[in-house]
This record gives sequence, structure tokens and C-alpha cells, in this order.
Amino acid sequence: MFSFCTDPATLSDFAWMACYLTTGKHMSFYYAFGTVLVLLAITAPTALAFGFAGASAARSRFLPLSLFGKGYIAIVRGVPDIAFFLFFVIALDQGLEYLKHQWVCPDWDQPVRQGNDFIVCQAAKVPLGNSAQWVHKTYSFFVAVFTFAIVFGAFAANVLFGAMRAVPRAQLETAEAYGMTQRQTFWRIVVPQMWVYALPGLSNLWMVLIKSTPLLFLLGVEDIVYWARELGGSKTPRFTDYPHGDWRMWYFLVLLVFYLAFTRVSEVVLDRVMARLTLGQATTGGEAQRRAEA
Amino acid sequence: MSCAQTIMDYGLRSIGIGERLLPRSDFTLCQQFTLIGSGLVWNIYFGVIALAAGFFLATALALGKGARSRWLRKPSEWFIFIFRGSPLFIQFFFAYFLFLSLKSVHPFFDPFSSAWAGALVVLFFNTAAYSAEIFYGALKSIPRGDVEAADAYGMSGWPRFRRVIWPTMLRLAWPGYTNEAIFLFHATTLVFFSGFPAQQQKGDALYYARYFADQTFNPFVPYPILAAYFILLTLVIIGLFGLVNRRLNRHLPAEQRRKIRLRPNLIR
Repeated sequence: MFSFCTDPATLSDFAWMACYLTTGKHMSFYYAFGTVLVLLAITAPTALAFGFAGASAARSRFLPLSLFGKGYIAIVRGVPDIAFFLFFVIALDQGLEYLKHQWVCPDWDQPVRQGNDFIVCQAAKVPLGNSAQWVHKTYSFFVAVFTFAIVFGAFAANVLFGAMRAVPRAQLETAEAYGMTQRQTFWRIVVPQMWVYALPGLSNLWMVLIKSTPLLFLLGVEDIVYWARELGGSKTPRFTDYPHGDWRMWYFLVLLVFYLAFTRVSEVVLDRVMARLTLGQATTGGEAQRRAEA
Repeated sequence: MSCAQTIMDYGLRSIGIGERLLPRSDFTLCQQFTLIGSGLVWNIYFGVIALAAGFFLATALALGKGARSRWLRKPSEWFIFIFRGSPLFIQFFFAYFLFLSLKSVHPFFDPFSSAWAGALVVLFFNTAAYSAEIFYGALKSIPRGDVEAADAYGMSGWPRFRRVIWPTMLRLAWPGYTNEAIFLFHATTLVFFSGFPAQQQKGDALYYARYFADQTFNPFVPYPILAAYFILLTLVIIGLFGLVNRRLNRHLPAEQRRKIRLRPNLIR
């Protein structure tokens, strides 16, 4: 990076550190923080959409749909979440390949599951075996996003389902008295009012989502945990210009601080949002604000 | 090979008793059930000990956070924030590498670089922090009348805490604490996925489930088995904590008792 970095062995401590922290691999490490942020930015709205669909389904009057919605919400309880992550990644991958296999190789006569192997025709591989490196990376990233969205969608569905039920009954009765249909009541009365009740649960979920991002590592994405292990391990002079001992502890300390800072910032921001939303609401929070002002 | 034989061979495989080699091919359902079940021993070990020890630290931390003195309050607040504000996964990694470095300083730290002690310490601190937050919330919502009644009886200091504040705090916190307990058991599955190595393939339930999923490329059998085991475990915890809850609430009229609602805390 810097011009004086050509011969690291001769450098002073400070310059050595500056050079060490700007090697290409470290750039990938910093870049991985971006990956985490992008994942959060994409997953949060997607999961919210999933959650909204799940909660609406659970409220449905059509029994199979409501059972599906309730089942989706219930399945996340009682089971360790990392099992979900591990399960969904393989299941999604195989599901996609199976569907594509049915589509592109209709005259394939062997079974897809042969003993311990899962075999589809070459043309049905997702992504194709000969595609570029970035396609593989992007694909695994989006499988991860989708997995996160499914799991967190279930959590969000749970929160939104509760919030929809927390909308005062009198509001719905008023809507009915005005002759609104089910659909109109839902979109015009329930949905606009449920957010205040949902926000505490959703902000909790956001914190949880932040803290679950290290699981990306388990999904095979080269994220910050991957790089921290990679860069921190001890290096001998034979393989690198910057030999050092086992520094993994310090790399993970950096990650720990990163997450703590991120959590703290989110806490402060969400508190402000909550204060803004409860302003003038007929809840205990709104009442407390009114009394504090008076 | 009969199923009884498989259970004989692999029933306690996770703690190193029985057959040394894991099955390599032609996996039967019985093998999967047995091995994943044997891994559950570790989940229960981590969960029970961390919970039991964490309970006392949590009480202390909750009191510390509620204390008037800055010197008690600030450390408790920081402890709770650090363990609740960062992912458990990272805490495991950090602790593992920390213990590895400490090992070279003093042989006392030797056992901590293996899962049975090192991961237990992390889980202990972690559950203490989460429970402390729950206890602190309960401590803040103890009815004023209860404390005033204790004052009127001339109680103060330790007797007041022991006979009024502590039982009431537990009673109020118990539903939340039940969920924390359930969730702690779920969190134990992370142990062998972080730095801590599974020596001689002695792992927990998820470790074996993943072993089967990797070997067979079929996630649809081992993970549902794992899920079934954990749902059973969850039901047992709810049952046990429900008994305690009944005892804590025994002086209240039936309709005032607080029911335990299953509401796990999701991911750490």
C-alpha cells in the first residue's frame, strides 16, 4: 500500500504495523465488514416481508393457509436456530438443483438420491460448475440472505402476529360499523396501527439479527469470522513478508468491539425512534412522555 | 447389526465410551437416533451447570445493577452489556484463543482450552448476564407495598432481602427465566462450532447431526431428529420450571398466578 512497504523486515514497529494492516488480505477483511452490513441491509426488509406474509397467513380465515402460517411461526420455537441455518442451506441448495434438474434434464433416468449421494445432471448444477468465481460467491451470499430471511421472517411473523392482535378491538368494531370489508379493515385499520405495538419486538429482533451475523461463517461465506481466523493464525517468514505469532485472540477482540459498538449505536437510534413513535399515543409510554413534559 | 447393539456401541459415544469409530457408510435410522441422542449429554451438561452456577452470579449482578453505589453499579452494567451486546459465537472464539494464549503463561489454564471447561465458563458468564437483566427487571417491579410491609415488620438488610425481596423477585422473573433456560440449552449447540475442538469426535447433538448431514448429503433426516430431541428437552425444562413456578406462586390466589409463556430469546 505505502511506498516504504517494499521490505517489511527493515521497518520500525509503527511503519511495520501500518504496512501489515494494509495488505491485500486485510483489505478483504475490511471488505468483509461491508458484506455483513450489506447482508443486514438486504435481510432486514426481506425478513420483515416474510414476517408480514406469515402473520397475515396465520390470521387468515382459510384454514390451510392459517395452519401454514401458524406452523411457520411455531416451527422456530423449541429448536436451536443454528440447526435451522445448517438445515436450510443444504435443503435450499438441493431443492433448487432438483427443480432445475426436472426442468433441464427431463429424460434423466437415474434416481437423484443414490445411497449417500445427491446426483443431478451437470447442466442442472446451481451455479454451473464452469461459472466464474464471483458467481459462486454471489450465489452463496444470496443463499445465506434467503436462509436468514426465512428464519428471521418466522421471528418477525411472531412479533407482527402479536401486534396485529394488540390493535384494540373497538377500532375493528368501528370499522365494521362503517361497513368496511375484512380486507379494508385489515389494510386501513390494522396495518397502520400495529407498528407501535410491533416496534419493541422488532427492535429486539434487529439486535438479534446483528448478533446472528457471525453465523454467515457457518453458511460458507467468507465473512469477518473467516478472515479473523485466517489472518490471525501464526505466520512463518517462509510464507509471508509479515511473520507473527498467534494473533487470533486480538482479531476476535476487534470483532467483539465491533459488535458491541454496533449494538450500542442501534440501541441509541432505536430508543429515539421509539420515543418519536410513542409521541401522543394512548399507551403507557405516551402517557409517561406527556407527564414528563408537564 | 441390531438396534440394541447399536445403542450399546454408540449410546455413550459422546463421552468416549463404546465404539471408537463412527459409522462410515450405510447409516441406519437407529444409528442416527442413538448418536445424536448421545451427543445430547453434552448439551445437558453445559446447560445444567451453566444455569445452576449462573443463577447465583445473576442474582449478584442484578443487585449490583440496582445498587446505589457507582462502584457496584457500573461494573455490573458493563458486564451485562458486554455479554448481552456481542454474539455468543464471537465470545466463544475469543475465549478459546484467549485461553490458548493463557495456557503458555500458566499450566492452570490448560483445561480451559478444551470445551468442557472453557465453553462452560463462557456459557456461565453469558447466562449470568442474560438472567441478571431479567432479575433486574423483576427487582424494579417488586410492588412497593411488599417492601413497605417488610419495613413495618422491622425487617431490614439481609432478613428483608432473604424473606421478601428475593422470593418476590424470583416469582416475578420466573416466566422470563424459564425462557432464558430453554434458550441457554439451545445455545449450547454453538460450542463445537466455534473454536473449541471436539476431541476424538466427542461432540454434542448438533455435531453428530452435522456429521450425518455431511456424510449423507441429506439434511432431511438428522436435523429433524435433532429438532425432535430438542423439543423433548424443551418440554422437560418447561415441566421442571413449571413446578418451581407453582411453588413460588403458592401463596397467591389462582387467578393472580403468573403463567409461563414460551417466548424464547432467539439467537444470542
